[in-house]
Amino acid sequence: MNLILFTFIVLLGFTSYYFGRKKAYTIQSTKKRLTALPQFYGYYLAIWCAIPAFIIFSLWAIFEPTIVKLLILSDYSNQGYLDDELNLIYEKTKALSRGQFTGEITPFIEASAEKYLSLRSIAQSSKVVIVLSAIIASVAYAYKRISSNSRTREPVEKFLNAVLFTASLAAILTTVGIVFSLIFQTIDFFKVIPLFDFVFGTHWYPAKAFVRDSSEALDPTMYSDTFGAVPIFAGTFFIAFIAMCVAIPIGLMSGIYLAEYASTKVRQYAKPLIEILAGIPTVVYGFFAALTVGPFLKELGTSMGLEVSAESALAAGGVMGIMIIPFISSLSDDVITSVPQSLRDGSYAMGATKSETIKRVIFPAALPGIVGSILLGVSRAIGETMIVVMASGLAANLTLNPLESTSTITAQIVVILIGDQAFGDPKTQAAFALGMSLFLVTLCLNIVALRVVKKYREKYE
Amino acid sequence: MNKNKEQLLNKRYKAEQRFRLYGLSAIFMALLFLTIFIFKIFSTGYSAFQKTWLIVPVTFDAELMMLDQNPSKEDLQDADYYDIALKSMADLDPKANEDQENELKRMVSYFFEKEIKNELLNDPNLIGKTKEVYLTASDDLDQVFKGNYPRDLPEDQRRVSDYQLKIFDQLVANGKVESKFNISFFTNADSREAELAGIASSFMGSIFSILVCLMIAFPVAVLAAIYLEEFAPKNRFTDFIEVNINNLAAVPSIVFGLLGLGVLLAIFQLPRSTPLVGGITLSLMTLPTIIIAARASLKAVPPSIREAALAMGASRMQTTMHHTVPLSMPGTLSGTIIGLAQALGETAPLILIGMVAFVNTIPGSPMDPAASLPVQIYIWAESAERGFVEKVSACIMVLLGFLIIMNLFAQIIRHKFEKKWS
Repeated sequence: MNLILFTFIVLLGFTSYYFGRKKAYTIQSTKKRLTALPQFYGYYLAIWCAIPAFIIFSLWAIFEPTIVKLLILSDYSNQGYLDDELNLIYEKTKALSRGQFTGEITPFIEASAEKYLSLRSIAQSSKVVIVLSAIIASVAYAYKRISSNSRTREPVEKFLNAVLFTASLAAILTTVGIVFSLIFQTIDFFKVIPLFDFVFGTHWYPAKAFVRDSSEALDPTMYSDTFGAVPIFAGTFFIAFIAMCVAIPIGLMSGIYLAEYASTKVRQYAKPLIEILAGIPTVVYGFFAALTVGPFLKELGTSMGLEVSAESALAAGGVMGIMIIPFISSLSDDVITSVPQSLRDGSYAMGATKSETIKRVIFPAALPGIVGSILLGVSRAIGETMIVVMASGLAANLTLNPLESTSTITAQIVVILIGDQAFGDPKTQAAFALGMSLFLVTLCLNIVALRVVKKYREKYE
Repeated sequence: MNKNKEQLLNKRYKAEQRFRLYGLSAIFMALLFLTIFIFKIFSTGYSAFQKTWLIVPVTFDAELMMLDQNPSKEDLQDADYYDIALKSMADLDPKANEDQENELKRMVSYFFEKEIKNELLNDPNLIGKTKEVYLTASDDLDQVFKGNYPRDLPEDQRRVSDYQLKIFDQLVANGKVESKFNISFFTNADSREAELAGIASSFMGSIFSILVCLMIAFPVAVLAAIYLEEFAPKNRFTDFIEVNINNLAAVPSIVFGLLGLGVLLAIFQLPRSTPLVGGITLSLMTLPTIIIAARASLKAVPPSIREAALAMGASRMQTTMHHTVPLSMPGTLSGTIIGLAQALGETAPLILIGMVAFVNTIPGSPMDPAASLPVQIYIWAESAERGFVEKVSACIMVLLGFLIIMNLFAQIIRHKFEKKWS
């Protein structure tokens, strides 16, 4: 039904476009000077057709369900139901009206289902009537304006400008959405668990919170020693550290080689090949780490008399490091190539060898950019999820031994939220609190890194 | 003195060579990782494209199937195939006792009854006759046949018994085991049984998510890029938008998953586990990537084009829409494809919005629950059964294949259609 209406409106839009353009030609034929190109008359009319339709459609989408729900539930209002029960009744009603209800059908619900259907059809038909009359009214108004040959280009362009502007707000809206989705759950979480316990507690054991019977009252003392995030933060930074130990030397050296030594031919092939590493999905790295690297390290350790967990931090961190190599290598490659040639020439003229020039002149000059690229790499390592979920442990150990298993922020979020969640449960909220801390940490890293890189660019441009 | 100088010089040259070697070995290491990686995936994955079949004679005994004379099509649909299916397996070893018969039954997939049924539905004349039917081997025997199963393990640590192996070897010796191209891997939905599991459901899920993502992210991102590059006044607010975009590009993907969970599922009450929600979440993630690419290619259009159009009396909007934007499209499109390729490989946000649910039907619309290819990789990788290991690798090969195609496509668009301004 909605689809038919929508197609109809689109057709109406096209018709009004041609109508407007035709009108422009008729005005032109009366030897009057047009105020804009004929198609703007068409656009003008089409926009006046689209705006009311869009507004009414969105109003309906927002208010129809709530109003229908209110009307349905008004039948149950004085029977002493709780909010949850009312919601359940409403869901049952909806399911029954769609014919998908499989439980016991009570006459009450059957009656509401009928009412629901009739309300929906009333809403539907009134929508059709209102949309169509609104379109007719607004197109008639616009047509009158066209006929008097008033300006059309300016309003059309103003409208387009407004559309463009709205689109550019999407980025802000996304950020707002992220903060919004994280902050409420986080605040609720810190109402139950004191911030101090979260930041300084050393026991992370969310499974304990899960056994709570929902009918019991919330007892904050139950959660002491359950949500101490220190082991998780430590694990996150530890694994990121291992990753950077792999990624920085290899990435930086290959960046330097590509920028300074490699012939065009080597560069042409090696650079895209290394960048393939960045294009491989992280879940594939995770599989590789869990299936190949983990067992390999374990075997290697056993043969050397070391006890290595199959889910060691080393395996996860090492594979993550491989993933980050291309980020560091291509960014540092870019930075190094943008160091002005005059610096190199000066150094060579003093008799320095190439490596001396790189170490003493180019590297210091490119340092801010390189630091920026490393920071971006760290932020990526901290936010990386799948490798850790698949290859590292899920129990949060507080350890600095790379051969044992640890857990990270991202892995814990996945562990908690996989499957069904109950909002309002401290365990679910804990995941959002972790997400908030992840967001804040990476945000800081990104801002610093971007600023450093930008400053550096300005210096040489 | 001179000698000292020479020594020093030699030392410096050696240092130079060492440094060069470090660089070369770094590149070598990176490429080595890539090679090991690809090799490992292909060597474990290629065998999943083959499937093992047991050829078993089946007697379509009308009595056992509870069929009357001249059964209609409906009768054939409703007939009881379990008994003849069981009997044909048991007949492989006439001396088998009850336990062994059970083991014989477990040599083929639990789906074998349906395979026999399909055989008869294709050719109703088979009633009363015996025909050799291809039955899907159980996933463990499949692995045995491919040589991936350690036969030398003690029996109690294996999922295949000595008895099953004995019968299987007899079948192999008689040429009754065949390996054919595994079509069901591409046409089946996910299954708990490794031998029946396929990627069709997750593939469709991926396609739907990517389409939703494209339909949302592309228009919004291009419009936003046009505004920011061509119309936006330089002020605090546009700076703020810019900072936002750059930051969003570096926000960890899992945070977008939390956004999808907290806003799309909890507040807007969109259906869980569906490609619709997955696509919206991914579109928010790819938005900054596309905006950045589109802005870069708008920036690459030389100002002379704009000035020429303005000089001819076009308005700024006309200049942008008729000249700048079309010229920037190749760059924008290739950026979009690269962004979509990223979205296609993304797993974590989809897990959070519930696309890890076990789905054994092929979704027909973005509103049906589905998995996606990377999530399927995750689900199978977490599964303990040996047969899934090669499936994971095969699924990875399919996914990587798609990513390579998309990236090549992006390259082609860029090189073929982009105007070089000099």
